[in-house]
Amino acid sequence: MPKDSGIGASIKRREDVRFLTGRGRYTDDINLRGQAHVAFLRSNVAHGRLRGVDTAAAAAMPGVVRIFTGEDFAAVGGLPCGWQVTGRDGQVMKEPKHPVLAHGKVRHVGDPIAAVVAETYEQARDAAEAIAVDIESLPAVVDMAAALAPGSALVHDDLGTNLCYDWGFIEDSKAAVAAAIAAAHHVTTLDLVNNRLIPNAMEPRVAVGDYNSASGESTLYTTSQNPHVIRLLMGAFVLGIPEHKLRVVAPDVGGGFGSKIFHYAEEALCTFAARALNRPVKWTAQRSESFVTDAHGRDHVTRIELALDRDGHFLAIRTSTLANMGAYLSTFAPSVPTYLHGTLMAGNYKTPHIYVNVKAVFTNTVPVDAYRGAGRPEATFQLERVIDKAAREMGIDPVEIRRRNFVDAFPYQTPVAVAYDTGNYHATMDKLVTIADLAGFEKRRAASAAKGLLRGLGLNCYIEACGIAPSHLVGQLGARAGLYESATVRVNATGGIVVMTGSHSHGQGHETTFAQVIADMIGIPEAQVEIVHGDTANAPMGMGTYGSRSLAVGGSAMVRAANKIISKARKIAAHLMEAAEGDIELKDGKFRVAGTDKSVDWGAVCLAAYVPHNYPLAELEPGLEETAFYDPANFTFPAGAYACEVEVDPETGRVTIDRFAAADDFGNIVNPMVVDGQVHGGIGQGIGQALLERAVYDANGQLLSGTYMDYAMPRADDLPSYVVDHSCATPCTHNPLGVKGCGEAGAIGSPPAVVNAVIDALHRGGHAHVTHIDMPLSPARVWAAMQG
Amino acid sequence: MAKVAMTVNGKAVSGEVEGRTLLVQFLREGLGLTGTHVGCDTSQCGACVVHIDGAAVKACAVFALDAEGASVRTIEGMANADGSLSAIQQAFQDHHALQCGFCTPGMVMSAAALLAENPKPTEREVREYLEGNLCRCTGYHNIVKAIMAASGQEVAIAAE
Repeated sequence: MPKDSGIGASIKRREDVRFLTGRGRYTDDINLRGQAHVAFLRSNVAHGRLRGVDTAAAAAMPGVVRIFTGEDFAAVGGLPCGWQVTGRDGQVMKEPKHPVLAHGKVRHVGDPIAAVVAETYEQARDAAEAIAVDIESLPAVVDMAAALAPGSALVHDDLGTNLCYDWGFIEDSKAAVAAAIAAAHHVTTLDLVNNRLIPNAMEPRVAVGDYNSASGESTLYTTSQNPHVIRLLMGAFVLGIPEHKLRVVAPDVGGGFGSKIFHYAEEALCTFAARALNRPVKWTAQRSESFVTDAHGRDHVTRIELALDRDGHFLAIRTSTLANMGAYLSTFAPSVPTYLHGTLMAGNYKTPHIYVNVKAVFTNTVPVDAYRGAGRPEATFQLERVIDKAAREMGIDPVEIRRRNFVDAFPYQTPVAVAYDTGNYHATMDKLVTIADLAGFEKRRAASAAKGLLRGLGLNCYIEACGIAPSHLVGQLGARAGLYESATVRVNATGGIVVMTGSHSHGQGHETTFAQVIADMIGIPEAQVEIVHGDTANAPMGMGTYGSRSLAVGGSAMVRAANKIISKARKIAAHLMEAAEGDIELKDGKFRVAGTDKSVDWGAVCLAAYVPHNYPLAELEPGLEETAFYDPANFTFPAGAYACEVEVDPETGRVTIDRFAAADDFGNIVNPMVVDGQVHGGIGQGIGQALLERAVYDANGQLLSGTYMDYAMPRADDLPSYVVDHSCATPCTHNPLGVKGCGEAGAIGSPPAVVNAVIDALHRGGHAHVTHIDMPLSPARVWAAMQG
Repeated sequence: MAKVAMTVNGKAVSGEVEGRTLLVQFLREGLGLTGTHVGCDTSQCGACVVHIDGAAVKACAVFALDAEGASVRTIEGMANADGSLSAIQQAFQDHHALQCGFCTPGMVMSAAALLAENPKPTEREVREYLEGNLCRCTGYHNIVKAIMAASGQEVAIAAE
């Protein structure tokens, strides 16, 4: 029987009611009394020297309050980078300043040159168009290989190079990997591109700055996945506002997928302008601004080599990747192609020798940073594609070659630093074989063939490192932050509970699922628990939501705080019942004295804490509120196996996904309905990457795919229904809930399944010369590949 | 500035707008009906879908002045008279057809228009009808399921 409450129940989401009735409160819904509006003048060239910005005519236009340019920000800090990678030669990465408004040079189309503040948005926009900018165009650096060639134009003149870092992982294993490859029975090599994507959360970014001149406090309302992180980065590194004078609020946020982790120039501008003008200042992105200012994702060019013995056992992996950083280092950009990518190259397999080289490159494009999966999709894609290619070359079944190499004993120390605590890869593969009905494939293939279509089957496994991250470990690797989470559990006198969490919900459903956990722990109805997030004035600290970390890290902090509450409440209950604390049991919202019929309700204990007439005041403070921080002991390692069936039209190259199945191991599950939804959404984005999406720059650095008419977002009729299963659960061994995280899995696991399926279809259809097609697998690319 | 008057969710409303003011701006900024969202500037995303005289229309593609005298219905006017969720809204909650909620108002308005036109659509018809509504969170699976359920049909959709 499915549960109807507590952990494991598919409880309907409480937040849905406001979203379904138009009563969500997103940042753009906030309008403050007296607010002015901002429009940005942005560079329309990718690379150029700013010779002059003449704002005189614009400043005289109706409604204009003030125009800010780069000069106004020359004295404040740049937008900081939160991760410092150290390269192979021991040199730290190149870290150019990222000014709030361009100064000296413009470095990508969309780089902000000036910000016009006016009484209305229309006035601000009209005036922005009247600013005269003198830009000396410079050759644009777009292609990564060309960027590293001698004589290339430089994105940042003072660096003397476009190379941000050259990273080897693990450098000491390089020789052993080379030797293993040289001696191997078979080596499969694959060159591939992990296509550049634009995250495209449906809510464009918004920032509203406010300033209270009486108290000297600044407030920023922003579309963020982590308001505390923005407070720290913007306050300490850009504007010099101490945290007690800066409040950051991220109310309802319309999706993030990574793109709303980062600190953006517009946040600093609005906060700065509000203080300078002593009035609220609001900016709402037009979608065409989002395309050229939200951090993009992926954009790797990779060669991978897989060495195998005669029986298809993996001996060694060597990869070489160029990773695009764009024009500036976004908040976590350097970590994505390194520690979120190289550490995952073992996948689900026992490969003794692995070496990863990544060169990160500056180009005149929008900064690139974490996007759903962040490094892990790039690792999974190359690994699972090269395994498929090797299986075909060696004549081994794609399921069998994976099974032969699965890690099957845990804990497992990989050769790329991370240690998997638990998993069962054979079980998820067994489950996949069933739910995808692999046995029925041949019959379906024949049916497709009868219609003149080529059917193919692709499958792959994935592993990801989630629950980011142990602070001591990431600190050694260059992170400039700790990656713990915090929560305060406040119990009111009448027994209701408010949890203030540093995790942020922007679609994940924490308001429902976190309440399920607390209600389950105490044995009270979920309705008695309220989850509050998204405001630095509430939660003590918050590293935020990304990396599938909310439940594994934020949930663990909450559980830890709740355990402190229960421990104190037990002492109060013992006092009330004149029993020994050790004899008190909490069950179904009642504290009982073990072995007796004596009990006291949760509510009575809470009341006693706040009305301490009969209370052990000598030993115990009144009140019932506790805060906890949780720093994870390890990453969590969700894993799974995915299968995709496609039909390819040999006349047009059009690919249609007919079936898609996902068998995931997320450890314990709090709300299966919500988990299904997370996987569906991830798969949708992964199929988007595989078949549709690609950010395209021309040689001049113009973004050609800059609207929804040019950038192919997946639509309802592009996608199939999905079969998802998460019954193969091996609980995480090191967090209190045994949870692993599920937010990114779908986006990580699905692209290789789709591409493997198309290659399979082409092989079965007589196009054996096609060993790879770069994503997205558009009809034109597939058709061209078939023609050879 | 010009005066515009229309009926929104059954109430007579009026306001001063510029010629270039879009209906969605008038709803959000003029009337404070912020349930209708703006997700793009090319009339592609569908977050701003409302009903004008019963037809689903992108409110970013209509000038406020062009809605003079029209009967407009927004997400704020979709619940039952007693405030409870309508059948389509309830189906969205029951089937977890929304995550971040930003596309949701437009999705609900489109779904309502679809079922008014075609009370028993096939799964394919639902997917094709939603071409003008982008969702980045759900992969559409549960949206399709919810609309099928709201139409009173089996929710078992393909591959399930």
